[in-house]
Amino acid sequence: MEVPILYYLYLSISVFTIGIMGIFLNRKNLIVILMSIELILLSANINFISASHFYNDILGQVFVFLTLTVSAAEAAVGLAIIVIFFRKTDTIQVDDINKLKG
Amino acid sequence: MTIFLFFVVSSVIIISSLLVVLCKNPIHSVLFLILVFFNAAILFILSNAEFLAMILLIVYIGAVAVLFLFVIMMLDINIAKLRKVFLNFLPIGLFIGFIIFLELIFIVSKSNLLIFNKNSNLIENSNAITNTKIIGNILYTDYFLLFQLSGLILLVAMIGAILLTLRKRQNVKKQNIYNQILKK
Repeated sequence: MEVPILYYLYLSISVFTIGIMGIFLNRKNLIVILMSIELILLSANINFISASHFYNDILGQVFVFLTLTVSAAEAAVGLAIIVIFFRKTDTIQVDDINKLKG
Repeated sequence: MTIFLFFVVSSVIIISSLLVVLCKNPIHSVLFLILVFFNAAILFILSNAEFLAMILLIVYIGAVAVLFLFVIMMLDINIAKLRKVFLNFLPIGLFIGFIIFLELIFIVSKSNLLIFNKNSNLIENSNAITNTKIIGNILYTDYFLLFQLSGLILLVAMIGAILLTLRKRQNVKKQNIYNQILKK
């Protein structure tokens, strides 16, 4: 039996909301924020793949490539920034990061 | 059967992505992130995207998650002391998340975009060749600019990561080839 596309969309909505909440409510460290961003990008990928399957069009899968590339690049650069931030300040706790007085 | 598998996989995805966010120890978060990616790969196979499922396994679990693990192990992070500040942001955070969730559910269930006919037959025409071949056929011809663009993004990220983490330390002996050759 075929899975309806709406179920895929509901799943990706749930994962997206969990990622957003992870960014909002996170008081632990910066790495968990990067993981939440990965979750958000994964939910976008689930959307693309399910739409590609539903419309029988391969273009959705081609675009997932770009998303994968961007998320890998984002993880690499983000982790590099975290490493140099840790070298400077010896902490990556979210509460201790107040250099910009934001 | 397929729909039963879908429910099992999607409930595992949702529960473990909640655990990614809620775990105190970041190592546990990364391990649950790996579980999420693995189940998403199963989901991709269910919707006939085998090649991307394998790419997800290789790139996400093999590269990105291991990179996260390495960084967590290298940095000396003490396991989060839960502070009281957390509770200050809890109500408004839950409120915003709830609003986003309801809006997305509303839009998806009310939209009539999903009633479109299946107008493209790119996949149906080619039952004999594999998913990988179809992607290759379209990626290297019609969308080769996208392919080159993703290569460029990876190059920029590589240069950026190297340049950010490079540092010159004092009192470290280094080989300087130029001086070495010119020495008499």
